[in-house]
Amino acid sequence: MDIIISNSSNIPIYQQIKDQIKNKIISNELKVGEQLPSIRGLAKELRISVITTKNAYDELEQEGYVETIPMKGTYVANKNVELIREEQLQKIEGLIDTAVRLAKISSISKGEVQNMLDILYEEE
Amino acid sequence: MENVIEIKKLTKKYDKFELKNINLSLPKGMIMGLIGENGAGKSTTIKAILNLIHIDSGKIKIFGLDNKREEKRIKEDIGVVLDDSFLSEYLNPSDINKIMKNIYKNWDEKLYFKYLDNFKLPKDKNIKEFSSGMKMKIRIITALSHHPKLLILDEPTSGLDPVARNEILDIFQDFIQDEECSILVSSHITSDLEHIADYITFINDGSIVLSRTKDELLEHYGIVKCSKEEFSSIHSSDYIKYKKNRYEYEVLIEDKDLFKKKYNSKVIDKPTIEDIMLIYIKGEK
Repeated sequence: MDIIISNSSNIPIYQQIKDQIKNKIISNELKVGEQLPSIRGLAKELRISVITTKNAYDELEQEGYVETIPMKGTYVANKNVELIREEQLQKIEGLIDTAVRLAKISSISKGEVQNMLDILYEEE
Repeated sequence: MENVIEIKKLTKKYDKFELKNINLSLPKGMIMGLIGENGAGKSTTIKAILNLIHIDSGKIKIFGLDNKREEKRIKEDIGVVLDDSFLSEYLNPSDINKIMKNIYKNWDEKLYFKYLDNFKLPKDKNIKEFSSGMKMKIRIITALSHHPKLLILDEPTSGLDPVARNEILDIFQDFIQDEECSILVSSHITSDLEHIADYITFINDGSIVLSRTKDELLEHYGIVKCSKEEFSSIHSSDYIKYKKNRYEYEVLIEDKDLFKKKYNSKVIDKPTIEDIMLIYIKGEK
């Protein structure tokens, strides 16, 4: 499993780990029941603090993506991937809705907004 | 969480220097970096923890035990690397093994020789002939080979090249893979600690200026760069310290998100531990 951390990024390191693991779960690269690296093992491999990896795992657990079994380890939870996708889509729709309303109020054209979207998508 | 080291209200007065009301706790399984200038009190604090100096007042507990009354018991479980080497330069690693076997009940000869192999240290060469990186490694290995639960090191990486420093950070992270083991490490090379430390404690002029998780520190603190006019609009309760440079003001703030909202500020840099340390020491308030 690849996790790539940028130290110069503005995104906190725990967030980078969390996002990448989440992404792997949604894309089914990490399958239900699969074991994640231990908190300490991952911290060592990535040369980061234990607290940082623990924060990432804690949030993934709160959001239901992973499960921790004491003394055994952390596993990808049996969460419906379709459901996750649905949730994400709803969230995105909400955010775009805000953007579109803002565009309309300021008479910014659909084309301009689409342009912006294209650019932002490319940046990733 | 259980604390491995707990210092309460430690004071120690010397003629020209004093430790003032030091409070510190290191939770089990964590790495704490003790940072500060040379002479800020890092080594004195470590010596107090190890009961190597007499303290004027305060309480120090290690593994929950009083560090004076239970010194013998505690020391069986601590590995120590201090600034001044206790190893004679005229010994070789095999000699050290013989000596340590008699000192520590839990001395693990097999582990010790395994470490020597791993780090490619010769068994029969006098330490005198070692490079400084090798010398540090043999000291750390020696400190680790009786299965301590707590490792205390004073400036282990100063004077070493980046490759040797990196190998030493590896040893540290291997050591804490077992959740029972913790590390207190002092250093003025903050970039090493920036990576692996869970907690940062900053001592300046005998007092603790801050002690918190490294993530909080690096994610919340910020350095605002601004003009004189902009600086004069910042309320003094909203920053920690500032430094006046030739063309700009550098202002250290504790919560960059809050600051951004309040002042609509554009240039807020993410500080390194070194930046924070420098403004604290050199800055004004």
